[in-house]
Amino acid sequence: MTEASAAYDGYQADFERLQGGADAAGVPAAVISLRQDAMAHFSRLGFPTTRLEDWRFTNVAPIASRAYALGNPAEIDGAQAGRLLVPDLPGPRLVFVNGRFAPSLSSVGAVPAGVEVRSLGDTLAAGLEGVAPHLVSLAGVPEQPFSALNTAFLQDGALIKVAEGVVLDAPVQVLFVSTAQGEAVVTHPRVLVIAEANSQFGVIESYAGLRDAEYFTNAVTEIDAGAGSVVTHAKVLRESLQAYHVASLQARLDRSAVVTSTSVTLGGALVRNDVGAVLNGEGAECTLNGLYVAGRNQLIDNHTTIDHASPHCDSHELYKGILDGDGRAVFNGKIIVRLDAQKTDAKQSNKALLLSERAQVNTKPQLEILADDVKCTHGATVGQLDNDALFYLRARGLGLEHARRMLIDAFATDVLDRLGYAPLRTQLDRALLERLPAAADEVPA
Amino acid sequence: MLEITGLCAGVDGKEILRGIDLSVGPGEVHAIMGPNGSGKSTLAGVLAGRPEFDVTSGAIQYQGQDLLEMEPEDRAREGVFLAFQYPVEIPGVNNAYLLKAALNEVRKHRGEQELDAMDFMTLVKKQLGVLQMNADLLNRPVNDGFSGGEKKRNEILQMAVLEPKLAILDETDSGLDIDALKIVSNGVNTLRSPERSTIIVTHYQRLLNYIVPDVVHVLLGGRIVKSGGKDLALELEAKGYSWISGAAAEVRV
Repeated sequence: MTEASAAYDGYQADFERLQGGADAAGVPAAVISLRQDAMAHFSRLGFPTTRLEDWRFTNVAPIASRAYALGNPAEIDGAQAGRLLVPDLPGPRLVFVNGRFAPSLSSVGAVPAGVEVRSLGDTLAAGLEGVAPHLVSLAGVPEQPFSALNTAFLQDGALIKVAEGVVLDAPVQVLFVSTAQGEAVVTHPRVLVIAEANSQFGVIESYAGLRDAEYFTNAVTEIDAGAGSVVTHAKVLRESLQAYHVASLQARLDRSAVVTSTSVTLGGALVRNDVGAVLNGEGAECTLNGLYVAGRNQLIDNHTTIDHASPHCDSHELYKGILDGDGRAVFNGKIIVRLDAQKTDAKQSNKALLLSERAQVNTKPQLEILADDVKCTHGATVGQLDNDALFYLRARGLGLEHARRMLIDAFATDVLDRLGYAPLRTQLDRALLERLPAAADEVPA
Repeated sequence: MLEITGLCAGVDGKEILRGIDLSVGPGEVHAIMGPNGSGKSTLAGVLAGRPEFDVTSGAIQYQGQDLLEMEPEDRAREGVFLAFQYPVEIPGVNNAYLLKAALNEVRKHRGEQELDAMDFMTLVKKQLGVLQMNADLLNRPVNDGFSGGEKKRNEILQMAVLEPKLAILDETDSGLDIDALKIVSNGVNTLRSPERSTIIVTHYQRLLNYIVPDVVHVLLGGRIVKSGGKDLALELEAKGYSWISGAAAEVRV
């Protein structure tokens, strides 16, 4: 308890500095008040404990017991950022270092009229007008302590707003880089995506640490998808293997909107991805995909909630995990079908590949169906590499290691295929193979 | 080429092969026939290095090397090819991708240059032409959703591309309709050469109408109980295995 209170005191002290110090000069009163409310929620809620059903398998004590201070602005060179961005995608790029916008590393280029791709910090300096009513409308600040904490420290982030009917050919890349090297620092990245009616575009949101160090990333992304909009979102997590990453992605889909979000989690000691989507208009379609690799002592927790609040909406979920060593994973897929959400078609699938005997996965579908004319299917499988397939590949001349990697890659391929951008797929396929452990001794020869 | 002496092998402590002696010379085609449970597939599996089989005694010399000391992949690179009775479905692995990886492993082992995608496709198309197959199988996941006939054709295509020195066909004819059977046997006949030896493991004589063997062996109870020319297969077809069972019983006494 004393450690936890030290952590709270630390956040409180940082919060007071943020609200009252030099940084607060010129910050609009609406922003100050938004943060104030959020901090009040965080203080009331506190960090979640494993006594809460939603956090049963994920103990955030390592985060709650340490006083993480706000990260300092830092500079990195363009080549370092360049390696973390996806090559061969010509779209706008926003780069953040330790949570702060880095204009010199970013390039927006020429975007069509009605498109805003910019630092949220710059926007907030002028008040909330540019982002109302979208900002904070989805994050669930009154119930979600981490989202509340993020909002309490709302200072910077990415704003992507695409006007009605506008189509962007290349996706917007948003990259959050941490330069932490062991000091206990926290960043609160924020991304706000506003897709006006019938717009169409993609967003690639990436998180990476430059060093193998402990730090804490507490991210919130809100996607407000207007009627008929098509948003293709990818989240790429390549944090340090000692880092803690808690993130909430919340989307609202208006009539006939199509939102696809694919997350690829390759890093982090403890990762919690909360992904929520509210299907708020008829004919909306939401697809959530995830691929994660948990080795060493990693814990990767994906919690999804799809709220079918309107009739004739479809949702698809495909999550796949590769677990090795002492890696652990949690998948909780909640699907709510409201009373009048007839003709709902919801599919959910979670598959885990265990490469070691110590690896563990806890998977739970959670269906709350109130309508009576719906199709909801869910399935979970946990398996090992197929020994027959391994032998088949070896009998064709492939070495054991080569055969294993080919099969692991094959397991991951359908999620990677859903990323939507070939250069991103290529980059992540390579990153995945680099992350895979060398032949574990558990594998039968 | 291949010299098997006194081979005993089994699975989970159960003995299946009880002293096999078999000698296959370069360019020869041997048919191994026998009823269910006689040990045919075990023999094929042991030759390819299937890990679940334990060899309890005996020896296998392949081109002067101790085959049993070699890993499955090393056997394949040295030219041993097993056409699987049940080819394994591997969703997510592209058929052409696997074939190219396999070919390049073999080429690397032989000290030849690896083929790039273009040269590889040229070679595969040539083999498809020789085998009178079309390219429809190439861009699908390995055996995934293939019909029985497609799976067997795919095995023969792999064999043609990898150009093994010793090909072992494990019941490649099982479950094939007559058209597929012709395609498969045409493939094997096309690949017949003075350097390439073939072991055909089969339950039925039918395949041997199309691929004419030099020697036919009858496997019963884990032993080769009779060997002869191609006429032996016809005799088996006419009389069944029981007349040999009787003979084998006498031998055993």
